[in-house]
Amino acid sequence: MNLVFEHFDLYLKAFGWTLWLFLASAVASLVVGTIIAALRVGPVGTMRWAAAIYVAIVRNTPLVLWFILIAQGLPMLGITFRSVEKLHIDSYYFRACLALTLYTSTFVAEAIRSGINAVPLGQAESARAIGLTFGGTMRHVILPQAFRASVPPLASVLIALLKNTSVAYVFGVYEATTRMKYFQNIAAQDLGIFILFALGYVVLVELVSAGAYALERRWKAARA
Amino acid sequence: MRITRFKAAAVAVLLAAGLSACGNAGEDDSAGPDVEVSSGAASSFPDGSRMKEIAESGDLTIGVKFDQPGIGFKGAADDIPVGFDPEIGKILAASLGISPDKVHWKETISDNREPFLESGEVDLVIASYSITPERQKVVGQAGPYYVTGQQLLVPTDSKIDSLDDIKGMDICSVTGSTSLEQIEAKGANPRGFETYSDCVDQVLNGTVDAMTTDGAILMGYAAEHPDDLKVVVDPFSEERYGVGYSKKYPEMCQWIVDTIKKAEDDGTWATAFEDTLGKSGVDTPEPPAMDKCPA
Repeated sequence: MNLVFEHFDLYLKAFGWTLWLFLASAVASLVVGTIIAALRVGPVGTMRWAAAIYVAIVRNTPLVLWFILIAQGLPMLGITFRSVEKLHIDSYYFRACLALTLYTSTFVAEAIRSGINAVPLGQAESARAIGLTFGGTMRHVILPQAFRASVPPLASVLIALLKNTSVAYVFGVYEATTRMKYFQNIAAQDLGIFILFALGYVVLVELVSAGAYALERRWKAARA
Repeated sequence: MRITRFKAAAVAVLLAAGLSACGNAGEDDSAGPDVEVSSGAASSFPDGSRMKEIAESGDLTIGVKFDQPGIGFKGAADDIPVGFDPEIGKILAASLGISPDKVHWKETISDNREPFLESGEVDLVIASYSITPERQKVVGQAGPYYVTGQQLLVPTDSKIDSLDDIKGMDICSVTGSTSLEQIEAKGANPRGFETYSDCVDQVLNGTVDAMTTDGAILMGYAAEHPDDLKVVVDPFSEERYGVGYSKKYPEMCQWIVDTIKKAEDDGTWATAFEDTLGKSGVDTPEPPAMDKCPA
């Protein structure tokens, strides 16, 4: 345990990577997930169908499988994503974010779809009646209300994402769980190290859920 | 429709490729040197000692690696793991009057070596287990029975040929291993993977620049892919492999040291080496001198 305090910079740096994995994947998942949700409720049959298939396949498979596919399977076919290094982006980090986004976006899509379902049908009908297009209806009428209703389930999805970043520990990213293994190896499996790293995750998750709660309260007030 | 069908097929192919990455071929022949099993071994140990207890019950569990060619490897069809570590295990078992097929071989990964010893899940750990002061606070380690050092495994056309070349390079090893720590200290980007075979695949497909761990393990992989991979740089660390035992039974240390010393002197150690690690083309080294047991 003292080992972690002696090298606290390594501890912070590791959680820094965890946080970066989370932030980039969260933003990307929210964007991609919203688009998928819109496609699923949209007027184009093929798109509805494609989005439903995507969600069915990706959401029903374990995350680690997508990591294996992107970090180990694609490189075997020559797709290593190392070209992102030219943009000074770590290619391991990029592949991890890609796997996390692919996976999490399906959960985001379902959370937002549940929010869309919570918006009374009359809202959409009224929007169409005043001449808004599908895009306009979604953007100005449905999604703002849907997001509000989606905050609690989205918070759960993001919390899961934050903890899911730990899967990257065997895919070349030096995030918190990797660093925990490093300390455990030196200290010959010490319970204190485990607890310190668990605490790190608890703190980060608590920040996310506090943020979600604040957002929920604020939007509730705006509606009243 | 055509497009979606193509996509479905592409996904299936990729999934298959991803899954096939998990397999790894190892050495198939499991013929090790014949170790003479001593009979009536129990009587040669003092009463109340753990060795006597094991010899009398005939129940010995040894933790070894199952995924390191040359060191400790168990293929799907093997009954007994193969490698230098299991050979050392056979020598120790024989001195207790237990034949190799009667030993319970249990897979230990790096993370559970100490917990397994502390909980009595295994009696001995012989699993490329470097002797370190931190570990000796928690468990007993007798030896070293083998000394190796960290090196690099690179593609044959790699530009890396000295340690100065690795700054900023991506170098993989197993997550949480000492090798990964060392390479980080040398200024490279450490890339942790779950197993050595995952890591080798990453070197072969160019995702990572090099792989690092104990030279003995790397040579095994270089031997498997002689056209694609080579081992470079002089060993830059010293890993002294020891036999792990529980601190509850300090009397085991002297027995381990004496038994291995005897095997080193009578040539059993050298035979064990030639039949396992020696197959990758390295010369059989001088057996290392054993540390004294803690009083």
